[in-house]
Amino acid sequence: MTDMIAKDGVEAETVAAVKSLSGKYKYGFSTDVEIEYAPLGLNENIVRLISDKNEEPEWMLEWRLQAFERWKQMKEPEWAMVDYPKINFQDIYYYARPKSMSEEKPKSLDDVDPKLLETYAKLGIPLKEQALLAGVEAPEGERKVAVDAVFDSVSVGTTFQKELKQAGVIFMSISEALKEHPELVKKYIGSVVPQSDNFYATLNSAVFSDGSFVYIPEGVKCPMELSTYFRINAENTGQFERTLIIAEKGSSVSYLEGCTAPQRDVAQLHAAVVELVILEDAEIKYSTVQNWYPGDENGKGGIYNFVTKRADCRGDRAKVMWTQVETGSAVTWKYPSCILRGDYSQGEFYSIAIANNMQQADTGTKMIHLGKNTKSRIVSKGISAGKAQNTYRGLVSMHPKASNARNYTQCDSLLIGDKCGAHTVPYIEVKNNTARVEHEATTSKVDDDQLFYCRQRGMDEEEAVALVVNGFCKEVLQALPMEFAMEAQALVAISLEGSVG
Amino acid sequence: MLSIKNLQVGLEEEDKQILKGINLEIGEGEVHAIMGPNGSGKSTTSYVLAGKDGYKVTAGSAELYGNDLLDMNPEERAAAGLFLAFQYPVEIPGVGNMTFLRTAVNAQRKARGEEELSAGQFLKIVREKAKSLKIDADMLKRPVNVGFSGGEKKRNEILQMAMLEPKMCVLDETDSGLDVDAMKLVAEGVNALRDGKRSFLVITHYQRLLDHIKPDVVHIMADGRIIKSGGPELALEVEENGYADILAEVA
Repeated sequence: MTDMIAKDGVEAETVAAVKSLSGKYKYGFSTDVEIEYAPLGLNENIVRLISDKNEEPEWMLEWRLQAFERWKQMKEPEWAMVDYPKINFQDIYYYARPKSMSEEKPKSLDDVDPKLLETYAKLGIPLKEQALLAGVEAPEGERKVAVDAVFDSVSVGTTFQKELKQAGVIFMSISEALKEHPELVKKYIGSVVPQSDNFYATLNSAVFSDGSFVYIPEGVKCPMELSTYFRINAENTGQFERTLIIAEKGSSVSYLEGCTAPQRDVAQLHAAVVELVILEDAEIKYSTVQNWYPGDENGKGGIYNFVTKRADCRGDRAKVMWTQVETGSAVTWKYPSCILRGDYSQGEFYSIAIANNMQQADTGTKMIHLGKNTKSRIVSKGISAGKAQNTYRGLVSMHPKASNARNYTQCDSLLIGDKCGAHTVPYIEVKNNTARVEHEATTSKVDDDQLFYCRQRGMDEEEAVALVVNGFCKEVLQALPMEFAMEAQALVAISLEGSVG
Repeated sequence: MLSIKNLQVGLEEEDKQILKGINLEIGEGEVHAIMGPNGSGKSTTSYVLAGKDGYKVTAGSAELYGNDLLDMNPEERAAAGLFLAFQYPVEIPGVGNMTFLRTAVNAQRKARGEEELSAGQFLKIVREKAKSLKIDADMLKRPVNVGFSGGEKKRNEILQMAMLEPKMCVLDETDSGLDVDAMKLVAEGVNALRDGKRSFLVITHYQRLLDHIKPDVVHIMADGRIIKSGGPELALEVEENGYADILAEVA
């Protein structure tokens, strides 16, 4: 375990400049639409109400109620290196949807409330079926991205449904999937993240309102990138979405996820569950650019992001790759994990976590090697600025049957200023003596000499910091799909604006 | 063009005076050399001109084409045409040499209100200039100075200088750590940039670099002051007799 707090070398102005960051969150606007809330707080009736709103089958309701019963017995976990006021779970709205989405659901995107469409346009997310995400230069050949847009508790719409259907790909909101493909949902939901896996996952199991569902049939390479865009708009509302992706034998898909929220003084809860099922020779690439509102420079407001993400490589030679760029949230608690069950299955985790001002991030991954010749690779880049605390927490577990399993872990931390902290907490369990585990960790600082060198060549200070930090993150940025890589690179620069003086 | 008057500089963190009144006038197209023993304030002069943190100017002025350098931040000085070739060029992991160069070139162009170079335009110029410095494509792709040999680092500095086309080049002990061949290459690079308008301030311990980059004026610096100035023959005198004679002479 390496644990250090930076002390020397950086000017006092640094800290002052960090403070100037507040108000720069680009997505802090809110949309003025009429919202229909469920009554405040959580009880069995709320669970029934959510299930009822989604017109779910009986078994789904039973499952939710079971989860709710178990959740009531559970305690909030306290082991993470994060500190936040106790959440009053009775002071949250568990369901909020724009009124225009209630009575009669829009049949197509053309029927969706223009105010909602405008919100996504403002965020740079095209819900019209245009070819690319806004602001991105067209790469060689035409590439398409299908979007499922989730606004508070409901999915607003999903683009390119027709084209995907032709390829046999199912991409829709999970509430629709429960109506149209209940057998698939029933077969896989909770099979990767069990109902009572942990406190937040159990809460999600009881009250999840919507999310995305993806099914890639055997042998199909999904013809376009799929993406879900989560937007929290309503005040005092938790967002609990559930994503389920199934890649049948020999299929592959690349999935992107983006998130933002308005700038508000009161912290909001986001507790999602993502389950990936990967069968023989299939591959899922899951990329996240998380840019929830991080709170102001004094730590007021922001999103509490408590998320459970897990991939199950069920078949031999199944492959999963998690890539995450975490720049937002007041508090992040998130460990996208890989269960490497199939022989020769592979898990990869690439992460950039940036924490500025008062942000706290405790994030990492779990690589559970069950099968023979399984391989995993972890590359984590943590960047701390201001008074932020950034923790990498990772587990590599080699089970008795995982002969010749291999893991390589690289954890690098970068500190900007002298009031922030970086922590690395690796857990390694090896129960098979043919397994090999490598772990490398470094901690460094953005060096004044590097900045002076860049500035002598003509770059201003922010450009210089962005350049040095992007260099530090390079391996992870390269792992992102091109559409996201450029956005992420810009985001790295924006989230560190004013972090040096 | 570069006019330094009675420049007095101390350290910010401790009460120590390093430069005790430097006077220096470098005209357009001229090459001046500063020589002097360790600790005489040569490198400090270059850092103060470039605007490095940690120094406190207590008196005097430094102007480049009439612009007050001391009033600008480092990037403004760069855009105004001041370039410092570092004695110890800094490594920047993960940032390609080419990306770094292009960011720098365009940052300066932007600051001067000029149009930024496109990727294609930039590539063409950089390849041409790299070739004459024997910098290959591989070195352009590698992260800035990471794993570069001493000679490669210095050649890279000269490449940056060639790309940024400054008005005033300050070379801080560019010959340190170079063998004779590498030094020749660097000197050729510098000489190629002499166009009758661009001025140079060459800081060095040894006369040998001045065999290759011929100065118009040589200054001897000791204890924070320029104690003697003269023609190229002054450098030869130092080479033969060391600094002791000159120090004794002025004492």
